[in-house]
Amino acid sequence: MGKITLRNVTKKFGEVAVIPSLDLDIEDGEFVVFVGPSGCGKSTLLRLIAGLEDTTDGHILIDGMDATHVPPAKRKLAMVFQSYALYPHMTVRKNIAFPLKMAGMDAALAEKKVEAAAKVLNLTAYLDRRPGQLSGGQRQRVAIGRAIVREPKAFLFDEPLSNLDAALRGNMRLEITELHQSLKTTMIYVTHDQVEAMTMADKIVVLQAGHIEQVGTPLELYNHPANVFVAGFIGSPRMNLIGGVDAAALGATTIGVRPEHIDIGLSGGKWNGHVTVAERLGSDTFLHVAVEGIGPMTVRAGGSVLASSGDAISLTPQADKIHRFGPDGKAL
Amino acid sequence: MARAVSTRRKLGFTVAAWTVALLLFFPILWTFLTSFKTEAVAVAQPPQWLFFDWTFENYVAVQEQRNYFSFFLNSVIIAVGSTALGLLVAIPAAWSMAFVPGAKTKDLLMWMLSTKMMPAVAVLVPIYLIFIRLGLLDTRIGLVIVLMLINLPIIVWMLYTYFREIPGEILEAARMDGATLRSEILYVLTPMAVPGIASTVLLNIILAWNEAFWTITLTTVSAAPLTKFISSFSSPQGLFYAKLSAASVMAIAPILIMGWFSQKQLVRGLTFGAVK
Repeated sequence: MGKITLRNVTKKFGEVAVIPSLDLDIEDGEFVVFVGPSGCGKSTLLRLIAGLEDTTDGHILIDGMDATHVPPAKRKLAMVFQSYALYPHMTVRKNIAFPLKMAGMDAALAEKKVEAAAKVLNLTAYLDRRPGQLSGGQRQRVAIGRAIVREPKAFLFDEPLSNLDAALRGNMRLEITELHQSLKTTMIYVTHDQVEAMTMADKIVVLQAGHIEQVGTPLELYNHPANVFVAGFIGSPRMNLIGGVDAAALGATTIGVRPEHIDIGLSGGKWNGHVTVAERLGSDTFLHVAVEGIGPMTVRAGGSVLASSGDAISLTPQADKIHRFGPDGKAL
Repeated sequence: MARAVSTRRKLGFTVAAWTVALLLFFPILWTFLTSFKTEAVAVAQPPQWLFFDWTFENYVAVQEQRNYFSFFLNSVIIAVGSTALGLLVAIPAAWSMAFVPGAKTKDLLMWMLSTKMMPAVAVLVPIYLIFIRLGLLDTRIGLVIVLMLINLPIIVWMLYTYFREIPGEILEAARMDGATLRSEILYVLTPMAVPGIASTVLLNIILAWNEAFWTITLTTVSAAPLTKFISSFSSPQGLFYAKLSAASVMAIAPILIMGWFSQKQLVRGLTFGAVK
């Protein structure tokens, strides 16, 4: 079981309220991603759940029990840190076995569990090495191994992939998702990378300045962003946000159109402009367009589109894919 | 680009360095040489350098007059004991200052260090009186406690500096892994700080071994360490330079040998964290 409930959780550092007051329910077995720009309080929130920071106010319940004042060692949660935080003086075997040793588990049984975890994570060949002799990806696996052996109620991941290179990040993303599918344990994952959030999460929590902006499945956030912030944050490339006359015409303060929801033509479209930069990814081409009277806009076109820098272009948003936002930034 | 240094300048620096080193080392060398001279040769004018009749008679005489090994044993017990006791107090202290610092932690550290700036003799009378009252005069335990207290600021400071180098996330990881405070310090912090702790131990053994003011003032016979052994040759029967030198060599030899073998560790310890 690993149901985590936050009620009115508040965290202040001195006079600064990093998390003003927050409620959240995380169901057992869910993969929840906290996402937001740096400094939005997502890591602090994770550390509050872990018990590494004390709450200023409010309650944290784990499986219905009030854990607000329970020390981290007793919360039965496992954490994977951004820096891996392996014990440099211990071998991989001892690193993974450490939580079991702390739990007072019989050495032979612990050894079995370590071997099993190492097998799952492809670490068997490295069990007698020290962290210093491993690559970044292997270290990350050891950190995960150390977390899974204790069969925690929930896993907490604090930006675990941000120290890895892009290719490895993609692999580890997949591995963590597979791990979640096989273990079915609650996972809370903090990242600033919305691609990680979209690809891994059952449920995404978008945070800004300690507030929850929206909670929902990846596609809910993508299709129905609750406000301008979420609209701009989720999706890559970013949604084009347009104010002024075009928005007023639709009865909104701001309208948003995703780059993939704009049709292109040579002329006769709604907006006219010229291509400033064409980024060719092979499968897609991102056209950065300077639109007359509006400004820069990004358009996702097919890989075979040949438009290049300086070309005149005409854009038409798909009418049913336009998002409308009111003066308070909220979706209409 | 490496800085270009001409051969001539290099030679100049080398000669200068050797000169300074020899100047610093000369008293020890002279003591060593004198310890192998007869008393007459020892005071001869002009001094004789290497070409005299080398003799071990001073060492034999010194050992006959005083039992070297009882002093040696006291020195070992006092140096090791005060360092061990110091670590026991300083590790938790340095832990809390490094990992859960308060608003006044820096002030506290500075205050601790400032006690080292006070002349020891300023607290001689109170400590002497306390020692009489508690029956600690001329006891090893008394000296262990005093030397521990004297060196404690240095032990705490050194450990604090090493602990600061250890990433806090690793200790947090230990906490998440279910470690109690005791396990965290025992299994994670201490092993990671071993190089730092080793340098601290070495330096403090040296400091405690060489400490003369308190060891000479607070002991007479039964707890007297090697410092007392040396000083006891300096006055009563007039000045016997050769015997005094022999006693000095015997007293400093153990720590000199230990320092020689551990100099790498010491240098690493004293410059730890200076360059990353």
